[in-house]
Amino acid sequence: MAKKEYSFYPGCSSERKASASNYMVSVYAMCEKLDIQLNEIPDWNCCSASIGYAEGGELPRHVMNARNIALSEQSNSGQDIVATCAACWLGAKETADRLDASEQLLADTKEVLREAGLDVHLKNETPIRHMVEVLIEDIGYEGIAQPMQKSLEGIKFAGYVGCQTNRPFGVAGESFENPVYLDKMVETVGGEAISDYEKKVTCCGGALAFSEPEKSQKQIKEIIEAAYDQGAEMIVTPCPVCQMNVEVYQNQINKHYGTKFHMPVTYYSQLLTVAYGGSAKEAGLDGNIVRAKKLEEIASK
Amino acid sequence: MSVNTAMIEKYRNDFLKEVEENVEEGHWVKMCMQCGVCSGSCPFGPHWEHPPQEIFMMIRAGKRDEVLGSESMWMCTSCYNCIVRCPRELPITHIMHGLANYAHRLGLAPKMNPTRRFAKIFWDNIAKTGRVNELGLSLNLYFMDGFGSGVKKATAMAGVGVGMLRTKRLNPFALVRHKGVQNPKEFQSLLKKAKEVEDRRKGLAG
Repeated sequence: MAKKEYSFYPGCSSERKASASNYMVSVYAMCEKLDIQLNEIPDWNCCSASIGYAEGGELPRHVMNARNIALSEQSNSGQDIVATCAACWLGAKETADRLDASEQLLADTKEVLREAGLDVHLKNETPIRHMVEVLIEDIGYEGIAQPMQKSLEGIKFAGYVGCQTNRPFGVAGESFENPVYLDKMVETVGGEAISDYEKKVTCCGGALAFSEPEKSQKQIKEIIEAAYDQGAEMIVTPCPVCQMNVEVYQNQINKHYGTKFHMPVTYYSQLLTVAYGGSAKEAGLDGNIVRAKKLEEIASK
Repeated sequence: MSVNTAMIEKYRNDFLKEVEENVEEGHWVKMCMQCGVCSGSCPFGPHWEHPPQEIFMMIRAGKRDEVLGSESMWMCTSCYNCIVRCPRELPITHIMHGLANYAHRLGLAPKMNPTRRFAKIFWDNIAKTGRVNELGLSLNLYFMDGFGSGVKKATAMAGVGVGMLRTKRLNPFALVRHKGVQNPKEFQSLLKKAKEVEDRRKGLAG
């Protein structure tokens, strides 16, 4: 298989000692096994996330994403932009769509980017994709299975797709209400995906977990509860915000609701890395606050 | 004359037109057929003073103060459920964001709304270096009401913080050293210019 190259937009939470640093460790390990080369967009900036709109308005937000697109088209010309974070993907993709739809907005954006000499590099013709799209569409399920050295047999996973990897853009061929690609990925590496996971696409509160903690934690409680209801031993997700929100507030939820949650929340890339023979460290499992013991056991075998 | 007064003068009693011309994706508002799927699909639905469907009707009824001063839009979690379910394909999430931004810009948004305040802290955080400083973001949020309540909130969150530190998912030194874009000054000037161009375009230059 020839090496596949992408222009990589890792995003703020993926940085060293940031909230999704372990996601990034596993993504790099997974990509190495799949012969995927990630060329980081030089000097990328934040996408403005889902909460940037209030103070940032429209144009500043689009300028931020257009700057990344221009930097990518300048340095990694011809390579699809790939994001691992749902918000990064959504933000960049939304900007690309809006600039495509409005000549006025494109002209204004270029006028601003001229200040940094980047307007000439902005072509806005690069596909903006999520890592799961690369796996499903470019690698394919057979390709995902190829580097497998171990099976994740015996672990029951609740595939929590969440919001922004799923809406408004979603993954081609999948439904918004019941996307199945994450379950298929789990099954491809030998794990058991629980069916009828009721909260598969339910919102965890997103950024409002910070500003409206009680309301968000009620959402999170239901997401975890539904996983337990179906006998899941772990949750798996493609989104760094979902991962953090569902994992880190479990003690607070236990205190408030009298529950006894202790549910590991993993990334698809951690599953694949372990299945490909990677160590717990290579899979970033030492970054999980609620340790995914069953995955660690398989990794150490 | 404040921007708010200027807008009242300009649009008189035509709030729908004001929204269409100034709010992100506002030109879609008149397409709402009041089916209520958005309101029923919202994860925070019960917490909205007026769910999106009502907001759309209130805009058409000219309820300017009630809409722009409402806590409602600040309940949007950006889950995009309403967008994908709307039978008329209104970009409801973006309209709610747009209304919140417009209300905030005019100084009419509820001052103490926690999401409005957090959103401002978040923007100031990313505008500084171009990349999120997670430690600074959390601390600014906890301490936004002063030192006493900040200590209380930070203490309540200590368990989460310790977990993040232990798993190397939080940088304890980020207040002194945080890596952003190479040229933060240039980045800041881009954002400043973008705001100028947008304000000029929307007549918000004040």
